[in-house]
Amino acid sequence: MSITEQDVTYVADLANLELTAEERSRLAKDLSSILEYISLLNELNTDDVPPMAQVSASFDSAGQSAAERSAAVQREDTPVPCLPHEAALQNAPVSNGDFFKVPKVIER
Amino acid sequence: MDINSLTVESTRTAIREKQFTSIHLVEEFYKKIKAEDPAINAYLTLCEQRALEKAGRIDELAGNGDPLPPLAGVPMAIKDVMVIRGVRTTAGSKILENFVPPYDCTAVARMERAGAIVLGKTNCDEFAMGSSNENSAYGPVRNPRDRSRVPGGSSGGSAAVVAAGTAVAALGSDTGGSIRQPASFCGVVGLMPTYGRVSRYGLIAFASSLDHIGPLTSTVKDAAIVLQEIAGRDPQDSTSADVHVPRYEGEIGKPVKGLKLGVPKEYFGEGLDQEVRSAVEASIQQLAQDGCEIVPISLPHTSYAIPTYYVIATAETSANLARFDGVRYGYRSRQARTLSEMYRKTRDEGFGAEVKRRIMLGTYALSSGYYDAYYLKAQKVRTLLTRDFEQAFRQVDAIVTPTTPTAAFRLGEKTDDPLSMYLADIYTVVADLVGVPGISVPCGQTKSGLPIGLQILGKHFDESTVLRLGHAVEHARAV
Repeated sequence: MSITEQDVTYVADLANLELTAEERSRLAKDLSSILEYISLLNELNTDDVPPMAQVSASFDSAGQSAAERSAAVQREDTPVPCLPHEAALQNAPVSNGDFFKVPKVIER
Repeated sequence: MDINSLTVESTRTAIREKQFTSIHLVEEFYKKIKAEDPAINAYLTLCEQRALEKAGRIDELAGNGDPLPPLAGVPMAIKDVMVIRGVRTTAGSKILENFVPPYDCTAVARMERAGAIVLGKTNCDEFAMGSSNENSAYGPVRNPRDRSRVPGGSSGGSAAVVAAGTAVAALGSDTGGSIRQPASFCGVVGLMPTYGRVSRYGLIAFASSLDHIGPLTSTVKDAAIVLQEIAGRDPQDSTSADVHVPRYEGEIGKPVKGLKLGVPKEYFGEGLDQEVRSAVEASIQQLAQDGCEIVPISLPHTSYAIPTYYVIATAETSANLARFDGVRYGYRSRQARTLSEMYRKTRDEGFGAEVKRRIMLGTYALSSGYYDAYYLKAQKVRTLLTRDFEQAFRQVDAIVTPTTPTAAFRLGEKTDDPLSMYLADIYTVVADLVGVPGISVPCGQTKSGLPIGLQILGKHFDESTVLRLGHAVEHARAV
């Protein structure tokens, strides 16, 4: 699998990463070699194998049914205080006291 | 007072018996940290005032003759990926250089409720991504056993403080080996509990289906004591399991006779250093003499674990790290005029090279046209890896392997080749993918004096057997 600098530019765009020209060429090289290694997976026939997204789904040792598991992960719908306004804004790079401030969203 | 040989166990006894005060102990630790840590660089942030206040409260309780919490006065360090209200938390990244969290990580809060004193936050690879601690934006950590070598990663700082005696114990996180591999490199004990055993609320997310919190300690018993406090269901983390938490300390010293130990041939093949092999095989022999039955087994998909891991972990990374956008917290680029420019420049200036590499790889693997070939494929192979373990655990009670293929490597040795760095985790990643618990216990050293670790993997939620065996390995070396 060979990744071109054009591919890198496309993916960087999806990931919201501005990259320097130097970073682009380094990444094209790195990603190519890592993806080549990852292509090892194609040696395996996985046609009849279900995908696994989470470990928790396969906990047999817990001895619970799916319904019990689902009940276990839900908590009572009881209102609790949320983060105070001030605390939520305390780490904002820029705020006006009530809101996070960002550069102009709509460009004319 | 000799603070160099303190364990969690001996510290809590000494405080309880009033051999010294908690405040005095904390002051002694800060003296040692200030004298010795600059050469190691294991601490990123010290919270001295806060620690002394908490120590004062322990001394007050002791003075009044009130009952003390179980870990009263035990000085600990916390990997800088777990948030503590009011204490700067960086995740080893420039993007969080000035981040002061407004809430507490559950595991840390539970340690503090048990009376442990947090001395500071430890250095780590940026967002826990790395195997050498060289990806930290705040400089590498040096291995206290040989300063020309890496401490391992990503919990390099947490392993180093325990090895250097600048904390009695530490919490780390493990996504592909980040507790066990540095524990092995620094000659300490590192325990990764079962996925779901310990809440991750307040752990800065790297790969949510793989992230675990666990202890790094100088003895297996200490690991059991710390696990006891942090284990158990937390309503704040829906992936934390509602499974009974046994008394782990009771496992320490129980006989191991009759336990069946699987030795997977795939972990003893090409790439395993000769000295590491000898030490691990000698430990397995010792366990056989203690009455364990040694069973040769096969985990046939082992060689696919690293490629599977680097698809799944990076895919989850690309999603989890999307939150760093320069809006609500963390660094914001000053160069930007539009919103989109702000996102892009903030992330480029704020993230280091390895983090960008992983975001790019993960974004690629999830992108239109490649999802089935990479992400779905890796999820299917994850099922095959899990079946390997299900099969093995029908025959055996635990699996023993080397923790790492080699002892600690030199600083700079692998930084130019990401793939060779990824392979440092070859024996540890599978447990993260499968969700089983694992411990690394020191089992010997190389001729040049570098520590070697033995890894013991157990069944889901069976930390008890893992700890019992770990203690047997430790005990055999001590006598």
